[in-house]
Amino acid sequence: MGEEFKVIDHYLMVKMPEEIDHHKSSYISENADKLIVREQVNNVVFDFEDTKFMDSSGIGIILGRYKKIACFGGKVFAINTDNRIRHLLMISGLHKIVEIMD
Amino acid sequence: MKNEMKMEFDAISANEAFARVSVAAFVSELDPTVEEISDIKTAVSEAVTNAVIHGYEGIEGGKVNIRCVIEQDVLHVEVMDKGKGIEDIEKAMEPLFTTRPELNRSGMGFPFMEAFMDDLEVLSLPGKGTTVIMKKKIGCIPWIEDEE
Repeated sequence: MGEEFKVIDHYLMVKMPEEIDHHKSSYISENADKLIVREQVNNVVFDFEDTKFMDSSGIGIILGRYKKIACFGGKVFAINTDNRIRHLLMISGLHKIVEIMD
Repeated sequence: MKNEMKMEFDAISANEAFARVSVAAFVSELDPTVEEISDIKTAVSEAVTNAVIHGYEGIEGGKVNIRCVIEQDVLHVEVMDKGKGIEDIEKAMEPLFTTRPELNRSGMGFPFMEAFMDDLEVLSLPGKGTTVIMKKKIGCIPWIEDEE
């Protein structure tokens, strides 16, 4: 598992790749899920600092992790989002379940 | 001005990036904005991903065809597969509807294509395959404004 996953105080930090598509999404989802179970993660933070492209696969990644932790009261955060990423989160309705931090 | 491009590639996920970048490169002669390029890349990525995971259901050997035509300032993109086709197109196009929740699909593929292109048409026959036809006018506000 690469450097893109870190657990700090029950928060899982996921550094999203430059391009988020279906090809990349299973790697992110599977590794995040492993850590959520193994490290008893409560909340997940997705960091979009490096991301230049995202399609609906990114929405699937976030939604899937949300479903995993929401039943235990966990929260999902998005940080370093540009206008494009925020727009994608808005039109898919994810801004209602994801806290977008500036 | 008219310009046409056709390509065929294996229906594997590694080619999703190749496909969207190729279409973006083809449209560059129209001098699109960064936003328009992102819109086109997202829409193409959605259509090709659908062909790979739904059309061929990940089975190897399938091919995806893309045909692009530039006519004046309008880009036409057709993404074709000869996969299993769609039983209920209307249902498939509903936001959040997915047949593959186990793959972490969001059900936002068609809604994203609709949101980022000016026109979307889906032709499909079960057992024969699916063709997605999208249009986008470059260098202008969306040309179809009578939606809703």
